[in-house]
Amino acid sequence: MNPDGTPVSSGITLIQVLLILGIVGVALLLNRTTADSRHQAIRRLLLLGFVVAAVVSVTFPSVLSRLAGFVGVGRGTDLLLYALVIAFLSFIATSLRRTRQLTARITVLARELALAQARIEDGELRLQNPPPPDDPDPTP
Amino acid sequence: MDRGAHPDTWVVVPLFNEAAVIGDVVRGVRAEFAHVVCVDDGSTDGSGDLAREAGAKVVRHPVNLGQGAALQTGIEYALSRPGARYVVTFDADGQHQVSDALDMLERARTEDLAAVFGSRFLSERVEAGLVRRVVLRLAVWFTRQSTGMRLTDAHNGLRVVRADAASRIRLRQDGMAHASEIVLHIGRTGLPWAEHPVHVLYTDYSRGKGQSSLNSVNILVDLVFR
Repeated sequence: MNPDGTPVSSGITLIQVLLILGIVGVALLLNRTTADSRHQAIRRLLLLGFVVAAVVSVTFPSVLSRLAGFVGVGRGTDLLLYALVIAFLSFIATSLRRTRQLTARITVLARELALAQARIEDGELRLQNPPPPDDPDPTP
Repeated sequence: MDRGAHPDTWVVVPLFNEAAVIGDVVRGVRAEFAHVVCVDDGSTDGSGDLAREAGAKVVRHPVNLGQGAALQTGIEYALSRPGARYVVTFDADGQHQVSDALDMLERARTEDLAAVFGSRFLSERVEAGLVRRVVLRLAVWFTRQSTGMRLTDAHNGLRVVRADAASRIRLRQDGMAHASEIVLHIGRTGLPWAEHPVHVLYTDYSRGKGQSSLNSVNILVDLVFR
């Protein structure tokens, strides 16, 4: 799109096609991830809004510039940059939260594995060297 | 003869890459305590095998999770053992004295305490450097704010915890900020506790590989932004 927000003269340009294809591609990719149904529904609605906004801003660059002027930002590209910064930060926040959840799960898994392994070893040791029946503490 | 000592006590040693000292540490503990469990936190230097040869029970994490996670695993293993009544946490790098652990256990028994925390700052023999002292004091202050417990040394690895209190510990901080969590969880039980002066040896070895002053920054950040 033109930096000054003027509409491109010769109809649809190549970059507009590429950008719209990219947006649709990302939308499809994001749509595939599964979570619980309510979160998924909300995410799909947000995604739909994003796709509409993205396609409109690519097809009619002047809309973005007018919107930017309306909210008090100089150019449409600046508005886009700010939106990008916010989107990036929220991405960091959500991925951080997900990483924490994942780490906690790995910890629980690894602990169960370690304790199960220990139980097996203890059981084997006891089978190999059965303690005398009056031994109060059979732990090796 | 000593092997049968304290059959109701499990010494939990979180272990990560301490091959140079773990054998001696385990042998030292085994001289007084029959039951030692080392939680090998995914060591890559054969520390686990050395601990096993020295007579410890080794529980191995398949991947490195952090000292807090290793402690939690060790506590859960110890509590699963029949007849376990006390859990002693003991660092693998040889900075603690077995005699201190014995004194603390004795105190927990005679005074019927649910937990005895080792403290570097109750004794006169403090060898910590300035930066480390400042950071440890900050950790103490933070623990006091968040738990209401007036401990003089929140980050000491030597503790004696009775089974009923130990079963209430649920460490969620895998890394190094677990010490305040232990204090917090024990404090919530409302059970009686005490601090006991211990001597911490800052050898060249522990200084070289232990918590650096930079790592103290991590502990503080973990505590504030948990």
